[in-house]
Amino acid sequence: MSKRVLLIEDEPNIIEAIRFILARDGWIVDTHSDGATALEAIETKMPDLVILDVMLPNRSGYDITRDLRAREDLADLPIMMLTARGQEKDRDIAAAVGVNHFMTKPFSNADVLEQVRALTAT
Amino acid sequence: MPMRALAGTRIRERRLSAGRAQADLARQVGISASYLNLIEHNRRRIGGKLILNIADALGVDSQILIEGAETALLNTMREAAASPEASEPEIDRMDEFAGRFPGWATLVGDQHRRIRDLERTVTILTDRLTHDPHLAASLHEMISTVTAIRSTSAILHDTQDIEPEWQRRFQRNIAEDSRRLAETSQSLVAYLDEAGRADSNFSAPQDEVDAFLEGAGYHFTALESVRPAAPETIVAGSIALTSQTARGLAVDWLTRYLADAKLLPLAQFERAAIEAGYDPGLLAQRFSCPVPQVFRRLATLPAGKEHPDIGLVVCDGSGTLVTRKAPPGLSLPKFGAACPLWPLYQALARPNMPTRSVIAVTGDRVRTFIAYAVSVVDAPMAFQGPQLFEASMLLLPEEHFDLPAQAALRVGTSCRICSENDCPARREPSILTDGF
Repeated sequence: MSKRVLLIEDEPNIIEAIRFILARDGWIVDTHSDGATALEAIETKMPDLVILDVMLPNRSGYDITRDLRAREDLADLPIMMLTARGQEKDRDIAAAVGVNHFMTKPFSNADVLEQVRALTAT
Repeated sequence: MPMRALAGTRIRERRLSAGRAQADLARQVGISASYLNLIEHNRRRIGGKLILNIADALGVDSQILIEGAETALLNTMREAAASPEASEPEIDRMDEFAGRFPGWATLVGDQHRRIRDLERTVTILTDRLTHDPHLAASLHEMISTVTAIRSTSAILHDTQDIEPEWQRRFQRNIAEDSRRLAETSQSLVAYLDEAGRADSNFSAPQDEVDAFLEGAGYHFTALESVRPAAPETIVAGSIALTSQTARGLAVDWLTRYLADAKLLPLAQFERAAIEAGYDPGLLAQRFSCPVPQVFRRLATLPAGKEHPDIGLVVCDGSGTLVTRKAPPGLSLPKFGAACPLWPLYQALARPNMPTRSVIAVTGDRVRTFIAYAVSVVDAPMAFQGPQLFEASMLLLPEEHFDLPAQAALRVGTSCRICSENDCPARREPSILTDGF
């Protein structure tokens, strides 16, 4: 059975590219673009992995992760963070709130695929 | 080199070096030779219009006669010694150093100023890179677009059996993103060019405004007439105001000046000021206007008349100095906080309660002033917004006034260059007593 990825990102052409490479690898890819309703989208889709941008409209990826980790049913959900902000302090914040993997933009498709596989390997 | 010569002695030195007879100079400035003789031997106080006239007749800056060129140099050297990176200069031998090696001392002062300017440039550039929202948004947009292009082009390059429909879609995406990237880049370059032109001297906007006001002697004849000039016109003609922010601040300052001038017309106010002995309380009663407005009018009286040179310091609710008109003989801090004992800050804590005190400002030479202070509250958004506090302090130099019979409060300019060891308000050590 195919695994499910929820991509939360607001840049349409990045969404299209990531959706294509993951779908070709056999993943079911759902997408969402609004930070304020991201938690509801996660609850509805129940993905095996969340790919999360930091700078989203209405709510940051850090805040979404923090809320997610506070919930017992979602505390272990793997999160891969994509961001244009790659400074040390951004990595520190991501680690502090509970992000599993931090990847800076621009990324290579191969790296995205490799990390998605690694984070969902059982 | 006499480092603490008095004004009279300086006048005598300058007159002799210019080869002028005492009677000749006295005649030129409209006083008797015997009176000039008393001044030159420091037996009569001098200030106001007379010292300006003597300075003019001798062809020197009046500040040099009032304070001496050495005071400015010593102040700069003291600032240099207060730098955090300074080792342990012999503060107690600073006078001796400046006296024996004036060229080296000037070089130390010049280099300190240069370092300070460069440090400020670095701070402004760093602030711009870190906090400029337009720059941050543009860079984020560029990185996002580059990410989309990179990922999409890799798909087209690496995927052998891509469906024609997807191929067309990705090609269209790349074309869109390339256009977007070009536009963002052009917009960013234009923004940086404009910012570079506007703030090419990297001075803080408030410093530009201070330079502009000092250059005009804090008096604007064009705003005093019945058909005054527009503040924007005066600002547009200034070369001291280079950044948009500084021009905006200057327009605000002049707009307030214009309102004050309309309510307190100059000729009427000057007459009343002389009659009232420059007492701001009496003038506020006489004109039925707020005390801070009288402060501002007194501090912006035209120079070259018989008025004393009155200082004015204004701070906002955070204590930041937003107007710095220093009276002769007093240095106001340009960076960092001022002395917390200033009546200005006492007034800030007690709005609408005017105070009058005598302050003795410590330093090389103790200067005494009558300090009037008051703070007012403004609520520009009525009940809908915050209350804004502003405190003002008017400084009348002792030479021109009879001091009230009360003990002088000893204050400094800022902790680092204040020698008052036991001051309860001290927040950091002084380089004058504790070293580093």
